[in-house]
This record gives sequence, C-alpha cells and structure tokens, in this order.
Amino acid sequence: MTLKLDKKDFHSFLQNLMNDYELFAPVQVAEGVAVYKKIEHPLEAARFSLNPQKPAKEVFFPQSETMFRYGKVGVKTEVTSTEKVERKRILLGARPCDLQAVSLLDEIFQGREYSDPYYINKRQATTVIGMGCSQPLSTCFCSSMEGGPFSRNHSDIFLIDLGEAYLVEVLTEKGKAFEKNPFFKKATQKDLKAAKSIEKNASNQVGAILSLEGIERKLDQMIESPFWDRVQERCIGCRVCTYLCPTCHCFDIADETLTTKGQRVRNWDSCLSSLYSQETSGHNPRPTNRERTRQRLMHKFNYFPKNVGRIACVGCGRCVLYCPADLDIRETIKEIQKG
Amino acid sequence: MKNPYLPIPMMVKKAFMETTDRMLRTLELTFQKEEDQKAFEFIPGQFCELSSFGKGEAPFGIASSPTENGSLKFTINRAGMVTTTLHHIEEGEEVGIRGPLGNGYPIDLFKGHNLLVVGGGFAFTTLRSLIAYFLEPEHRSLIREITVLYGARMPGLLLYKEELQEWSKRDDMKVVVTVDVGDQGWKGTVGLVPNVLKEVAPSSEDTYAVVCGPPIMIRFTLPQLKALQFPDERIYTSLERRMKCGVGKCGRCNIGHLYVCKDGPVFSLEQLNILPKEG
Repeated sequence: MTLKLDKKDFHSFLQNLMNDYELFAPVQVAEGVAVYKKIEHPLEAARFSLNPQKPAKEVFFPQSETMFRYGKVGVKTEVTSTEKVERKRILLGARPCDLQAVSLLDEIFQGREYSDPYYINKRQATTVIGMGCSQPLSTCFCSSMEGGPFSRNHSDIFLIDLGEAYLVEVLTEKGKAFEKNPFFKKATQKDLKAAKSIEKNASNQVGAILSLEGIERKLDQMIESPFWDRVQERCIGCRVCTYLCPTCHCFDIADETLTTKGQRVRNWDSCLSSLYSQETSGHNPRPTNRERTRQRLMHKFNYFPKNVGRIACVGCGRCVLYCPADLDIRETIKEIQKG
Repeated sequence: MKNPYLPIPMMVKKAFMETTDRMLRTLELTFQKEEDQKAFEFIPGQFCELSSFGKGEAPFGIASSPTENGSLKFTINRAGMVTTTLHHIEEGEEVGIRGPLGNGYPIDLFKGHNLLVVGGGFAFTTLRSLIAYFLEPEHRSLIREITVLYGARMPGLLLYKEELQEWSKRDDMKVVVTVDVGDQGWKGTVGLVPNVLKEVAPSSEDTYAVVCGPPIMIRFTLPQLKALQFPDERIYTSLERRMKCGVGKCGRCNIGHLYVCKDGPVFSLEQLNILPKEG
C-alpha cells in the first residue's frame, strides 16, 4: 500500500511513534556530522539528505555495550545480564546500503552454532523504516554490490523524499502495524510519478561500475601476493574504515570495575590494530600492516563469502570518503580483478 | 535463547603449583549449581573462557577428562592480567567460566586405531584430557596402542608428574618423558622431543598422531612425523590464538575463513595446509 506523509506533520508523526516505541534516527551531533541515536524529542531527528557518517548497525550493535553487570556478595559473584530489550523500537531513515549490511550482520550474530542475544533481541524488537537515497555521492557503489539507492530489501516501511512530503510504502507484516497512522494520507498518482523519477535519477547516478564476479576465487590465489605490499604502503592503520564500515563486526570484551562491582562491556574493535591479534606472550600472528590490511579485505571478499555465501561489502563508500590516505576500495577491487 | 557470553560460577576446590618456576598452576573447579553441571558436556580438546571479574577473560584448554565427573581442571600459565589473578585465587573462591567451547579432538575418528600423543611444555593440558579419557577402563578398548611422548625444558617444568609416573607403570601404554636438560635426580630420557620421537615413534600404519606444544617444537616435529610417513590427515594439532568471544563473532582468532575458537582449536594438518599461513 502506498501512502504519504507531509513534512509539516513530520515531527508530530515522530511524537506519535514515540508514544509506543523507542525511536532511533539520524541525529546531528556536530556540524555536518550525523549518527544514529535514540531520540528523546522529535526535534532531535535530523532530516539529513545525506547518509549519516556512522552506519545504522549501531542501533543493533552499539559501539560500546554492556553485556552484564556483576557484583561481589561475599565470595560469590552475582551476574545480571543486560540482554533484554524493554520496549519495541523503530529504526527510522536507514539507507538501503546500511540495511543490506544489517542483513549481513544477521548472518554473524544469528549464527548456526551460537546466537548473540544482545543483537538478536534488538533486531527482533525493531521495525525498520528505510529511506530511499535520493542524493547518492560519487563514492557510492551500492549498485555494484547487489543493492541500490532505492533497494527495498530489509525495510518494513520505505520512505521516498518528495520535497514537501515523503512517499510511504508499507512492505511487510511488521510494517502493516503502522498503516493506520493518523498522519499518513493516500498518495496520489502524481506522487507516485515523482517518486519514480527521483528513484530513476538516483539509480542513474550510482550505476554499476564494478565487477565482483569471481573475486573470491581470485583472492584464493593471492594470499602471498606482493599485491598486499602495495595495499599496505598507503594505509596508515588509523582504522576509520573499519569503525565506519556497516558490515565490520569485530569487538573487544573488557571489564570495567569499581571495587566490588562492575560491568563487562564489548566495544567495536578493528583488525587493523596490532593489539587486535597480539597474544599475551607478545607473539602476533599478524605482525605487520601487510597482514592486517590483507585480513580486512580477505574477510570481506573471501572469508565471508566462503562462510555465508555473500560478500561483506555493501558499497556505502564510507571507507572511500573518510580514508585520510585516500585509499579507494573500488580501485583495490579493480586491481584484484585484473590480477 | 541461551546467552553464550554469561559465565557460570565455579568454586576453586583445589589449587596447586605444578612447576618449580612457579609459572604453572592447576585449578580444580567444582560446579556450584546442579543444572550447570548437567548441562556441561564436553570432549577432550575443548576449552573454556575463565573469568576473573574486574580483569577479564582468557581461554584455557580443559585438562581434565569428561570421565572425571564433577570437576574441571585447568593449568594456567602466568602471563598477563587474568592469569596472574588466577594464580592468586584461593581455594574456596569463585571464578566464572564459559564453555565448553571449540570442537575438541576427533574421538570417533581415533576409535579402533593406534594413538601417538606428542606434547611439549604446558601445552600438555588437553592432551592429558585425551589420554585420561582413553585410559578410563570402559574406554581403553576403543583404541589400540597408546604411545605418549612428553617433553619439557627441565624436569621441574613437567606437568602432572605423579600421573606420568603412574602411566609409565602401566603395561597397556608406552610413555616416554624427556627433558632438554636433565638434573641430578633425573633418570629419564634427555633430548628434544622431535629427536626422541624418531627413536620411540610407533609405526605410522593405522596410527593417528596428536601434537601440541610450543611453535618451535611443532615446527620440528611435523617433518619427523612426515619422515615416519604419517599422512597429513592423520596428524592433529590444537592451535592457540588471541580470543575474546569464543563463539565466532568477535573476529580476531581466524585463520582464513575458519575461527580457531569455534571451528577449532583442533585441526588436522590436512586442513591447515589449505589455510593461509598466518602464524
């Protein structure tokens, strides 16, 4: 069913959602910087036309997350898990690339042998209101990665920015619960036509520029290749590409403690850090940046496909846009494919 | 949904120093809750994450055998923050544990064959579990000949000394204990594990070899096993990597597409041959 939401009603609409749901949406935290956060007031929600700097994975897999609290009672230690999600949630405004990435994280955190309750509980409690990406950047390559700026995959409801209003497409059973929202109106033929044209423009802008065909097999043969020396030469190991990557899921686990009580937390970690794999003895199986940059790319284009049959890159372009050394993963992919 | 990150409480029943350098301490832990004990089923070669609340977690191979009911044994090398705390923990105190984790040794595959166990230093823990499992009277007939070769740098650094003596008295197994450098009281073999292996190894025919030890020992032992004509698919080893989650989520411990924590830590040489050489 296709509906629409006038932008003048946007804040009232958010207020209405917040009565029953915790609402996560892009929030401007500094000049030009938006991240996905729980909003306390509708005015906090930034109506960004651009994709936020930090990916939407944060809503399900926070940068820092308490796993349980512990406290000493005599010789015993009591452990209280924080895995439960108290209220239903809405993720609003996530772009198709970030949502495709979430579907890849599902493969990891759902897992065949072990499920991760912290992630799964949040995921199950959340209705996803995705948003078409009407202004893709020159760094975007989602169309090469089985996605596209208007891919409806993994959205329960999908919004398209028409200027004065949003077109609202209800896509799943979960989404249907919102059909009767008082701020939704019926969309007109004119709205639908406008949305089509916006979608077409955006899709033309991104285009499919990369061929990923056979990259897993190519990389099978390249593990000892001098190619990695060239890749690592420019990388300064700052790790920004891994922190801002919507599919990167590595984390560290640490205890934070005050005398007799404390909490165990997990924090995003990065394979580009030397401490990441360094053992207590001092031995490091990935001693130089060569092995570490290789790990990052092999994981996305070889190991992940081997394990779940999908490439762990969605073409969001953040690593291209924010790399201080101007490394461009698209060029790296092209070189591998030439290789 | 079971939360794989939550430790269960266990109590330190016994704690004692194993070696003269005071770097290796064995903890014998008992379950605090009956349901935890019932739910804890493991096979030799699996490991646990031990928690020292406030310091963190570290992975340790289970040194006891599943046939030794009611308690779990771990031998801890003092190296960092968590292990140092575990060296100071006292009997009667509590630790958190998560597990069993990892795949363990392919017990079923070994059945009906001969077993050669080659160990070095403090990597003998899960090998001890494996040996104890097959020495259990009702399990002994599952495999044919058992040969154990275990070495340490000095006599004082050998683990489970009393047990080694008991084993060496048995007539249903062959036990060779060697040290790199002997001392006045040492009456046993002197020599490096790979060299001694040449002399004491059983025929590779119908024999599985399980090798655990420091990297240097592994590096020189594998060529010896090859020279003895052990095929790669009958050589097993257990690997170590820096680990956090233990359940294949946090990254970090992978070799190629496999995670040492959940797809290992036990691998055959045949498997390792096709993985990237990251060591």
